Amino acid sequence: MATTDKMSKNTSPTHWEGEIPVNYIYTYGLAGEAFFRAVKDKGTFLGARCDACDITFVPPKIYCDRCFEELKKFIDVGTVGYVDTFTVSFKNMDGSDKTRPRILAMIKIEGTDGGIIHYLEGIGIEEVALGLPVQAIFKPKNQRKGGIEDILGFGPLKR
Amino acid sequence: MDLDTCELGGTPLKSSDFEKCKVLTTEWKPNLGYAWDNGVAIGRYLAELKEGRIIARVCHECHRIMLPPRMFCELCFRPTDEWAYVEDTGVVNTFSIARVNWDASRRGPKEPPLMPAVIEIDGATKGMGIMHMLGEVDPDDVTIGMKVRAVWKKPEDRTGAITDILYFKPIRAAAPKKAAAGRKR
Amino acid sequence: MGMRKVAIVGAGITKFVRRAQETGKELSWQASKMALDSCGLSLDDVDMVTLGTAPDAFDGVHMKGEYLADGAGAHRKPYMRHYVGGGTGVFSPIHGWFHVASGMADICLVVAEEKMSSCHPHPQGAFLTIFDHTTEQPLKPTLIWIFALEMNRYMQTYGISKADIARVSVKNKGNALDHPSAQVAEKITVEDVLASETLCWPVNRLDISPASDGAAAVVLASERVARRLTDKPVWIDGVGFAIDTAYWATRDLAYPRYVETAARMAYDMAGIKEPAKEIHVAEPYDPFDYKELHHMEGLMLCPRGEAARLTAEGYTARDGNLPICPSGGALGVGNPIAATGLMKVIEIFLQLRGEAGKRQVPGKPTCGLAQAWGDLMQMGTVIVLRSH
Repeated sequence: MATTDKMSKNTSPTHWEGEIPVNYIYTYGLAGEAFFRAVKDKGTFLGARCDACDITFVPPKIYCDRCFEELKKFIDVGTVGYVDTFTVSFKNMDGSDKTRPRILAMIKIEGTDGGIIHYLEGIGIEEVALGLPVQAIFKPKNQRKGGIEDILGFGPLKR
Repeated sequence: MDLDTCELGGTPLKSSDFEKCKVLTTEWKPNLGYAWDNGVAIGRYLAELKEGRIIARVCHECHRIMLPPRMFCELCFRPTDEWAYVEDTGVVNTFSIARVNWDASRRGPKEPPLMPAVIEIDGATKGMGIMHMLGEVDPDDVTIGMKVRAVWKKPEDRTGAITDILYFKPIRAAAPKKAAAGRKR
Repeated sequence: MGMRKVAIVGAGITKFVRRAQETGKELSWQASKMALDSCGLSLDDVDMVTLGTAPDAFDGVHMKGEYLADGAGAHRKPYMRHYVGGGTGVFSPIHGWFHVASGMADICLVVAEEKMSSCHPHPQGAFLTIFDHTTEQPLKPTLIWIFALEMNRYMQTYGISKADIARVSVKNKGNALDHPSAQVAEKITVEDVLASETLCWPVNRLDISPASDGAAAVVLASERVARRLTDKPVWIDGVGFAIDTAYWATRDLAYPRYVETAARMAYDMAGIKEPAKEIHVAEPYDPFDYKELHHMEGLMLCPRGEAARLTAEGYTARDGNLPICPSGGALGVGNPIAATGLMKVIEIFLQLRGEAGKRQVPGKPTCGLAQAWGDLMQMGTVIVLRSH
């Protein structure tokens, strides 16, 4: 008997539909709070420095995950970086075409060992390459709420 | 080591810290919808509920008549042997009088309390209970050991769901024994 | 059995609070760092890490074990997350025990974390899915129903009153006044409990432990390493764990036989024949006050139905014959689901070393027990600790 025969002869309900109806409000944590306050109020990025391991984490952490020591030194690391890797997305989550292709990149912040994942703006698909220098573009200060959306994306270096 | 002399982590926040945006937050409303396969046993269980009947499965090895029905016996770890209809009456094994909803919100002062119960269904093995609701009974009159009968939705309203049974109500043979008054406010 | 001896040599814990600012990673680090510092170890000394945390749905982070790993010191180390509902926190050192007893690790860091406050409208909502999605969820149940149904059956089976049970809440919230991590410690009376809001009769608000954020950690070491690190190792002499059917409505709700099964496993291993005499101090899981009594009986620390009477007689007070939950338990310290069990293990660890401060029970206890319980009221986890 073919599978399709079995299904059409079934008279019992085959499945039950439901949902998990919870939603979430996340705090950013001690380090994340400092990072996003700097984004919101100063339009800059913070990193955390572990001198023992010679690592600068971006976004910052309150502890070094290598040596486990507490990190108290948060420093302004600026907003300039370079494209460490990227992908070009043509489809939405539901499978429909995007109105324009979006470039999602891992942007390493210059002088640090960390980075931020975000979109590239004002850079064409033909121009994007590993190592391309970029800089963060922020929303105007009065529109920032203290979150990743305060950053519109990363674009060409400002001259 | 003495906990009293250590500096402990954990920075407490109040709900007003969130309301007044003293702390930054981000939100996510997940869209988590599921279609769970019923399997053979529950599929038949639901189909029979639509017809106004409760069906169980029998294991001949351990001699249990099981609700909800299942295609394998979890005690003997072998396939169960046959279907068996059971009654739609039973005995209250335990119950609660609830003023709280699933999300911790409170029921309004005019909303009657919910009365969830474990009901041992007649015809199934002793102790074979299912969770359902009690109705048409005053909270002060509910007792463990009370005999109850299912109140079904009208046939045209049934969809093949546990809610095709609206609730179980007491079978009143004589005047009910009044339990300690006011204890379930 | 051919397994090596394993000891707890260090411990760390955060405050338990209703809403922590820290992320789950940061809470895990705070507890883990404190545990390593307490026995003078660095992260390099740790061979393996094991972490316990309850459903992803609380913190709202999918694959929470992987997310928390770097806060638990698991950078480039063998690492596993385990999860058995509320039983997790006592299973955590059992999981670590396997790693060290087998010879695979000399030092294992054991961490337990929960950040329930992320879950809205209320962490309780995440428990909706504990019920069967087809045969139970359409009735819109809440977790409190299960406790209320079990509590009612227990009360009726043995003729125990709400006042009898409320004494546990009074004892534990009072004990917690001496615990630095405590979230809801307070001096209350039985009348306060009975007068508190009735949520799902017979459960009142003060019968229940709160939702909490928090983390805890312990360091386990093999015998050779333990004796170098401390002159007060606390030995894991017995471990036990067992699960019962998920068809919870078909079980005898008046008696937690899965706790007895787990306890027997742990007692056999520890060579305990008369637990009521040989256990000097115990921390059974007390998310609701009646559960402490329920679990005492499942642990065979007293005959069935007798726990309430013994509590009324002061048997389980800190200066009683068998102190139960000297920490203040979940009812007083708080209940960040996975971390609570480990908090209880830490309490026994400190009691056996004579380092429990104001919570110290008299009589120099040398044998203690911690127990937790979870999933759909079905999992029992038990650990027996000794100092010798």
